[in-house]
Amino acid sequence: MERHLLSINDLSASEAIQILNTASELSRISDGPMKKLPTLRGRTVVNLFFEDSTRTRISFESAAKRLSADVINFSAKGSSVSKGESLKDTAQTLQAMGADAVVIRHGASGAAQRLADSGWISASVINAGDGTHEHPTQALLDAYTIRSKFPDLKKDFSGLKVAIVGDILHSRVARSNVLLLTKLGAKVTLIAPPTLIPVGIKDWDVDVSYDFDSAIKKVDVVMMLRVQSERMADSFFPSEREYSRGYGLDIARLNSLKESAIVMHPGPMNRGLEISAESADSHKSVVLAQVSNGVLIRMAVLYQLLGGASLAGEVSA
Amino acid sequence: MATVLDAGEIGRALKRIAHEIIEHNHGLESVVLLGIPTRGAFLGNRIAEFLGEIAGPVPVGTLDITLHRDDLRMRPPRPLLPTNIPPSGIEGKDVVLVDDVLFSGRTIRAALDALGEIGRPRSVQLAVLVDRGHRELPIRADYVGKNIPTSASESVRVHLSEIDGSDSVEILAGA
Repeated sequence: MERHLLSINDLSASEAIQILNTASELSRISDGPMKKLPTLRGRTVVNLFFEDSTRTRISFESAAKRLSADVINFSAKGSSVSKGESLKDTAQTLQAMGADAVVIRHGASGAAQRLADSGWISASVINAGDGTHEHPTQALLDAYTIRSKFPDLKKDFSGLKVAIVGDILHSRVARSNVLLLTKLGAKVTLIAPPTLIPVGIKDWDVDVSYDFDSAIKKVDVVMMLRVQSERMADSFFPSEREYSRGYGLDIARLNSLKESAIVMHPGPMNRGLEISAESADSHKSVVLAQVSNGVLIRMAVLYQLLGGASLAGEVSA
Repeated sequence: MATVLDAGEIGRALKRIAHEIIEHNHGLESVVLLGIPTRGAFLGNRIAEFLGEIAGPVPVGTLDITLHRDDLRMRPPRPLLPTNIPPSGIEGKDVVLVDDVLFSGRTIRAALDALGEIGRPRSVQLAVLVDRGHRELPIRADYVGKNIPTSASESVRVHLSEIDGSDSVEILAGA
């Protein structure tokens, strides 16, 4: 595996399955009463968050702590970044503090890549969401959650039908999931109003549908995306009510799903907008499993990147 | 390359270890076998089978020690191997760890740490197919299939039919 995890494209299908398998073994170990492992003792993981996040930051933090790494949380608010410090100076400060891994969330697409390629730091860089580009650990935890609900999918996901519904255009979660699920052999259908489908979609290995009601009946997994009001400056749909009527997962659509189908959402949910409260709380919903699986996947990723001999790179001035 | 144990000898050694486990623990009431993957897990299953024939069923599982190794940073990350603790648990039990070769003792130290995360057994015992010496830690085996004096540069290869096709123990000369 590479030194960094910036994109799902950094992983081969077998490396992705390896991470899922590592997470499964970790889940068996974590079932017991004591949950702390000594594996990353003495290593330092920095959570560098330029965008607001609760679950991702907490998830990385508890994953690192369960492996006995030291965790430094750094959020842009209330730090020198709000005084105008550049990414370069911030990175060099982290380097001087001896970070072994930097988990970065940033509003600009490609920020994680910039940090990894810059030569400013020798640490492994883990992309925890960059702009509208990618969020690889979210895709891995979604794949892990799917596999735990469909135990027949051991080596790959062939035969699995997944619908990803909502704001595909702005969604890094959708992008990483499309890359990973198709890499593993699943059939992905994107469902959204035409305004929220990215230009160039024909280059993706997916089907596109504007009709939620007819597409929903055949799928095994429905992955709802959050309507990102912070990125909705332009009008992509006439009103929230109209969006909800066309692309929200309400009780009628929930009932038209296959018996074995599951409902996913990366959170935080806008209840009543893209997903109704009944759907979010139904027995088909695996939203809370996604959260707890997130810690296991991030433990597996940290183990793969930091658990072995040091892969540290060169630092250039 | 010299073969030091053949299939028949391995079978007899494991059967003798099974008898010794019963003798030492005055029965099997509180005994739990935990094999250390990969080959220790197969040996654990085989000893459990012998125990089943002689005295009755005994809980058997596996214990992966990868996350507790002290040499993790000297090699690329290793894949994790299965850990299966029997449902009856290890709390207050007499746990018998099973491994193929006892060498430096570092694997067993890691196994003791891994056990500590799971619970508090009444006692921990160690069964190995081969003890080749050269301990680096104060650790010894309670049940030994065969003591094989080796030089530090030689390596000991255990082959088991479950994954290697046939049973044998060989010594390979060092480089």
